[in-house]
Amino acid sequence: MRFGFTEDQLLFQSTLRDFLAKECPPATIRALWESETGHDAALWTKLSALGVPGLLVPEAHDGLGRDEIDLALLLEEAGRAALCGPIVSTAAIGAPLLAEIPAPALRERWLPRVASGEARIAVGLPGLRFVSDAGDATLLLLPHADEVHALAPDAVQLVREPASDPARRIFTVSFTASSATRVAAGEDARRALATAFDRAALAAAAQAIGVADRLVDMTCAYARERRQFDVPIGSFQAVKHMLAGVSVRLEYARPAVHRAAWSVARGLAARSTHVSHAKLAATAAARLAARVALQVHGAIGYTWEQDLHLWLRRAWSLDLDAGGEGHHRARVANAVLADGARVGPGETFAGEA
Amino acid sequence: MDLSYTDAQQRFRAEARTWLSANVPHAPLPSFDTREGFEAHRAWERKLNAGGWAMVSWPREYGGRGANLLEWLVFEEEYYRAGAPKRVNQNGLFLLGPTIMEYGTPEQRARFLPKIASSDEVWCQGWSEPNAGSDMAAIQATAIRDGDRYVINGQKTWASRGAFAHWTFGMFRTDPASERHRGLTFVLVPLDAKGVTVRPIAQLDGETGFAEIFFDDVSVPVANRLGDEGKGWNVAMATAGFERGLMLRSPARFQHTAARLVGLYRENEATCDPALRDEVVACWMDAEAYALETYRTVSRLLGGGKIGAEASLNKIFWSELDLRMHETALRILGDRADLLAEAPSATGTDDWLDGWLFSLSGPIYAGTNEIQRNVIAERILGLPRS
Repeated sequence: MRFGFTEDQLLFQSTLRDFLAKECPPATIRALWESETGHDAALWTKLSALGVPGLLVPEAHDGLGRDEIDLALLLEEAGRAALCGPIVSTAAIGAPLLAEIPAPALRERWLPRVASGEARIAVGLPGLRFVSDAGDATLLLLPHADEVHALAPDAVQLVREPASDPARRIFTVSFTASSATRVAAGEDARRALATAFDRAALAAAAQAIGVADRLVDMTCAYARERRQFDVPIGSFQAVKHMLAGVSVRLEYARPAVHRAAWSVARGLAARSTHVSHAKLAATAAARLAARVALQVHGAIGYTWEQDLHLWLRRAWSLDLDAGGEGHHRARVANAVLADGARVGPGETFAGEA
Repeated sequence: MDLSYTDAQQRFRAEARTWLSANVPHAPLPSFDTREGFEAHRAWERKLNAGGWAMVSWPREYGGRGANLLEWLVFEEEYYRAGAPKRVNQNGLFLLGPTIMEYGTPEQRARFLPKIASSDEVWCQGWSEPNAGSDMAAIQATAIRDGDRYVINGQKTWASRGAFAHWTFGMFRTDPASERHRGLTFVLVPLDAKGVTVRPIAQLDGETGFAEIFFDDVSVPVANRLGDEGKGWNVAMATAGFERGLMLRSPARFQHTAARLVGLYRENEATCDPALRDEVVACWMDAEAYALETYRTVSRLLGGGKIGAEASLNKIFWSELDLRMHETALRILGDRADLLAEAPSATGTDDWLDGWLFSLSGPIYAGTNEIQRNVIAERILGLPRS
């Protein structure tokens, strides 16, 4: 029993943090807002050189062969930099879905390309209306009834849905399913899609932690600097207590996300409950952080020019990604209120075996 | 990251479970804030200690098992799972004990720890004074050096268990010319000493859980000082860290309440407000989050880390959670929530009302949540002092 990261994992995280601080400043994010794809090819090449898209790709397919614990740390950093796009759909959802469906030829063909940065995968998930980052994908994995279909970009019709978070690239996707496009069916497909949904929710949760962290950092920096009544506004209790309240919710969301990452990595029976808890806790913390950050910044935070809203919009849209609050709350409720549910002291890690 | 227990940890859990199931009293004990209940709880503590379970993480020479903090968490889980009695000597076991371990001399450890473990000596805290509540550095009670003794004068208040406890620990001003955090010293005082008057105070729940303590030329040996003279604030901050941080409120306590809340909701699902379902689930998640965060903290401490200002995050989280769980329970009970245990229709209301009244004190004791928010803002977030 050890709830913590290795030196190696923390080094990987801080390397990514430094890299994104340098390579992906707010000006880069703003430029991506204006771009067609929401995707920066030069940045993607550099991320690929670090092994980021192939983080979960097995070493046999030229990936790093790391697990979801490392992935969670990576996605926290993506959130901290307000970076979204194919890094999430490809590295966190697409690549592992490809590895899990029983389609060896597809795997052989695409996983090495994911690892090298050549391929970007968009994934449709059951119950979700939109497909993220479909516009610039080289492969789409889409659900149809209880099947998974693999489609080339020219075989689908995409309708872009502009959103309030200009970093998001979401699409309504239609396509004609056939036996030629089907890559998984029945129980295999159901299991793979359910896992992919949990991966998407975990990815949103991990990004939300990074977003909230960044919002707190930015807001504290502003509160130290901004003076009113001849003192820094951060010296006022009203400001302190709002920010302390964010810290409390954030610090108790963080371990829920890390535990969910562990449960996904280990394929635990309680995986979906843990993921939903993580999604709820992390996005609630990010929403609260956004609310307080805006209030403490005051009118300057309400401008388009100030960079604050890069993170505000991420906080708001991550809440909507991969299943909203109601969906995730219902999943936890169904598990916790079920007959024979194991819910007391000593049960937290009882699903380990 | 490895979230599975070792075989040794599982064996430890099984051993604790076996002992507790054979020894935990079947009927609940009377409240430890009554004379009868106080003694019944001490008898239970003696039994627990005889079994070697009073404080598993202490060294064997002081009555513990030399277990590490992870095993302590496991024991706590089993303790609450078994529905075992509240710990009447929690101030001694969870707050003073670890402080003596850190700051005490070998003689002090040998003198005090075994009697804490056995509850032969039950402790209360002596922090607050009429003019020193949240502003603890405003302490006025004095302990003036006279040869190898201190002569204590002044008043302490809100001393939980003070009505029946044997000893108190607290801060006194050893340098009468000093101000604020300086010149304070941590002293241990027997409540049967000449010049000590204990006056019980009836609490919101009607019981005499706490007391005020008057000191009138009370003489104690210098050997009763914990840590250096004038360094009491540092010692007290360590004690407060244990209180807010880890030991006093282990996650099992709240997971036990959360599980009971889930049970209560299921029993009353057909008749209660359906919106309460979300509240119950939110409470369960927060209790779970508290456990996860505690495992994370303990893993860090076992790797050589120390408890710091993040103890203030804990204190806010568990006190607000406890309150929210009890408020939710009362809303599930509806118009029966206000019934005392002896009311004819009180069946099924359990002790949620008493628990709620107690949970209302959580955001006040161990440093109010407003003080904790100041600590978080200044020491974690780096915001300027007012």
